Amino acid sequence: MTGPRVLERIRVERLTKVYRSGTARVVSAISDVDVEVEAGELVLLMGPSGSGKSTLLSMLGCILRPTAGRVLLNGKEVTSLTERELARVRLYQVGHIFQDASLLPGLTAMQNVEMPLELQGIRGRVARRRATALLERFGLGDKLREYPRDLSGGEKQRVGIARALAGDPVILLADEPTAALDLASGRAIFAHLRQLAVEEHRSVVVVTHDHRMEEFATRVLRLEDGKLLPAVVAGGAA
Amino acid sequence: MPSLAWRNTLQDRRRLAVTLTGIIFALILVAVQLGLFVGFARTTSNIIDHSGVDLWVCSRGVPYFDVGSILPERRQFQVLEVPGVLSADKLIVRFTFWKRPDGGQETIEVVGFDPHRTAGSPWSLAAGTVSDLLQDGAVMIDESYRQKLGVDHIGQVVEIRGHRARVVGYTRGIRSFTTSPFVFSSFRNALDFAPLNEDETIYLLVRARPGVDLTVLKRRIVQSVPGIDVYTTSEFSRKTQMYWMFTTGAGIALLIAAVMGFAVGVAVVAQTLYAATIDRLREFGTLKAMGASNRYVCVVVAKQACILAVAGYVFALGIGWVAVRAAARSGAPIVLPWQLAVLLLVMALVMSLGGAIISIRKALSVEPSLVMKV
Repeated sequence: MTGPRVLERIRVERLTKVYRSGTARVVSAISDVDVEVEAGELVLLMGPSGSGKSTLLSMLGCILRPTAGRVLLNGKEVTSLTERELARVRLYQVGHIFQDASLLPGLTAMQNVEMPLELQGIRGRVARRRATALLERFGLGDKLREYPRDLSGGEKQRVGIARALAGDPVILLADEPTAALDLASGRAIFAHLRQLAVEEHRSVVVVTHDHRMEEFATRVLRLEDGKLLPAVVAGGAA
Repeated sequence: MPSLAWRNTLQDRRRLAVTLTGIIFALILVAVQLGLFVGFARTTSNIIDHSGVDLWVCSRGVPYFDVGSILPERRQFQVLEVPGVLSADKLIVRFTFWKRPDGGQETIEVVGFDPHRTAGSPWSLAAGTVSDLLQDGAVMIDESYRQKLGVDHIGQVVEIRGHRARVVGYTRGIRSFTTSPFVFSSFRNALDFAPLNEDETIYLLVRARPGVDLTVLKRRIVQSVPGIDVYTTSEFSRKTQMYWMFTTGAGIALLIAAVMGFAVGVAVVAQTLYAATIDRLREFGTLKAMGASNRYVCVVVAKQACILAVAGYVFALGIGWVAVRAAARSGAPIVLPWQLAVLLLVMALVMSLGGAIISIRKALSVEPSLVMKV
């Protein structure tokens, strides 16, 4: 289990992302957003389509560069890092869970979970043991050698969570992880995410449209037209 | 964990088969053309290469082996007087005419040597012995030219430039690069066939005394004997090969075909690898979003290219070996020495990696945000 390393894991200051369409038109996806996420939090990012949720999440995860503002992860400013340094931050500090799991179809469940470890230079028995343990933890001990095409949507997403955790990151970012799942599978995924935040003191930020999952959150942030609405503290627990 | 490159390569078997077929085809084309080039090059100089002597002495200005001009016999004695010379044997190489039993005529290249010595003698015999050539009018032809020369049995009497000759044996695999087959005979018989006077020769094949520096000996002979050129065996071999392969254009044509094969291979790999990369752009985006470096992505695609290259090479080499065996007794020798096999592997790798460049650039250009809904 991972203990709290830094209390304030994510800090975003006056973050702005502007897309230029053609020569004249400028689309502001995110405007002057300030966010802090601490250890042990499960923060939901909600809002209508096009409100900038995924853009904000991508900037938190060093996948997109902001047009203006700063992102600090574990107390370190990452906005000015080079592409290579950003890749290392993504590899060692952030675990990404994608909407459709985005598993590599040519690899088995276990090999998918081993992939971040391979990228970190961890191979062989150590990587296999860690991947097996993670998959067993998410109830996939009998699916180690299954390929993604043979897994259900919920199973794929659990493999995706296991993969995001393989490098033991303290920050987990999930982009609509339950969008393609039924309610029961979606609740199971959120239960896992809450456990990872509350019990393991990770910082988890999840983009979702599904209001039924608010009960799992420790906090809900609402975006509208790229601006953050006043925060709501969620009181629910799984 | 098996590498991602292996998985990517093996996942789509149909595409793999198509790519491999293209690579194998290209490599076989390259192998056959280069094999023919090497085979022809060796054929042009095979008598020189098998002479076993150190130096070749010829009249000044002889451009290549097959067209030597007359040397007076006294040059032999002059060469023998040069310090460091162990022996100097006369050799006749001369185009002349062979009359077939059906009355037809063929051009041949008579090779006349001293059967008591080994210099210039045939090195691979299918029937008969070198000493059989001591008989009056005795000749040997290669078994592959029997039909061309109308010879159906040993002992057959034929006519060379109006002189009676008798076939006393066959050589094996001693082909001529020209359309004129080699006909081996004793020096004495060759004087009639060539024709030359008794005090004339075409070449002097020189052996040096042990420990003598060939460069120094060459210089000494040139300084002591007028009107001659002196080459080491390898120099004369290379001079002859260069003449036939490049001056006549025969080698250029083969090399151009080999380059075309190489280009086809590059195109095939480029096309199929690019298509495979396009299919996997989202996977590369996922990898980059997970923190994969550009180097890792580059290595994955490059490894795929190398896997294709090595697999294609193995198949192509196998088929090439069969082609070599099949061509062994034909008039178009394909030679695949180990150096050429290694060169082919290098070419296969260069071909595949060259073809992978566009794919690597494409994979590197993928943004990690591709996997996000932004």
